[in-house]
Amino acid sequence: MTAIQDPIDQQLLNLIQQDFPVDPRPYKILGDTLGISESDALQRVNLLREAGIIRRLGGVFDSRKLGYVSTLCAVSVPDHLVPQAAALINPLPGVTHHYQRDHTYNLWFTLIAPSDEKLSETLGQLEKNLQTQADGGPLLNLPACQTFKIKVQFQL
Amino acid sequence: MTLTSLDKEIIKALQQDLPQTLNPYETLAQQLHLSEEALLEKVRLFQEKGLLRRLGAVVRHHQVGYTHNVMVVWQVPEHLTTATGHHMAARPEISHCYQRPTRPNWPFNLFTMIHGTSEAACLDFVQELAAETGIQHYQLLTSLRELKKTSMRYFCESPAATE
Repeated sequence: MTAIQDPIDQQLLNLIQQDFPVDPRPYKILGDTLGISESDALQRVNLLREAGIIRRLGGVFDSRKLGYVSTLCAVSVPDHLVPQAAALINPLPGVTHHYQRDHTYNLWFTLIAPSDEKLSETLGQLEKNLQTQADGGPLLNLPACQTFKIKVQFQL
Repeated sequence: MTLTSLDKEIIKALQQDLPQTLNPYETLAQQLHLSEEALLEKVRLFQEKGLLRRLGAVVRHHQVGYTHNVMVVWQVPEHLTTATGHHMAARPEISHCYQRPTRPNWPFNLFTMIHGTSEAACLDFVQELAAETGIQHYQLLTSLRELKKTSMRYFCESPAATE
């Protein structure tokens, strides 16, 4: 099922998806847990990073606790104008995920902004640009009202 | 907690890639003109306060075998939303589960992100969920193309803050 064959790499990925040690010698801790040397642990992580299996090794922050606001938006644009719409949506720094989906609302993206005012302003401007340059319909703005789960770990 | 400008500098550093060295925090601390211990204390404080949800590897799920995903939106009666949301969130196949507002032309209020190793596995799972919860009005929104996927960079808005 998984594309990672090496059992130590699998365990290593399961470990560091959850918690990379906050310690002066993180690879020593990982090595001790897995029964490998500190330098082997570092080398394996570096190879997984270079292979692109690890997209990033770093912090994931809670946008709300940093004072930011976020939302999920959808818009309907003609299929042949998707590239034009993407050229308007993707350069916005607060857009982190953007997918074309099999639905009347064919473009779905998440937007994070430093305040409600900034979020509304960005969406208002974007909606106008999408209408004039990509024949876009009205934006569907769907901020979460309850979060039941945000899980980004994948058990290997 | 109120964030100082030093806190913001630390957050900006942590949202990038950790240095590929045996002692990455020491390297980061030097860049921030801090002692390693002071940096580690801040990281632990951010974790404790929930600002830092996770420090670790962000993996490409495609490359670890979860090749299929589908967003399913459910039309759940208002009084059942919370119970249904918790029920769905308990399933490991679901990575994200949110309640979102309805709109005049949008009746779906519960959003789930479903991951599987094949399209059939995803579809079976959706049917199973519908049978279990009794929610019969739902739509599957299969992703046709990833147009953008990045990690958020906080505190980089003003030109002065960017480097």
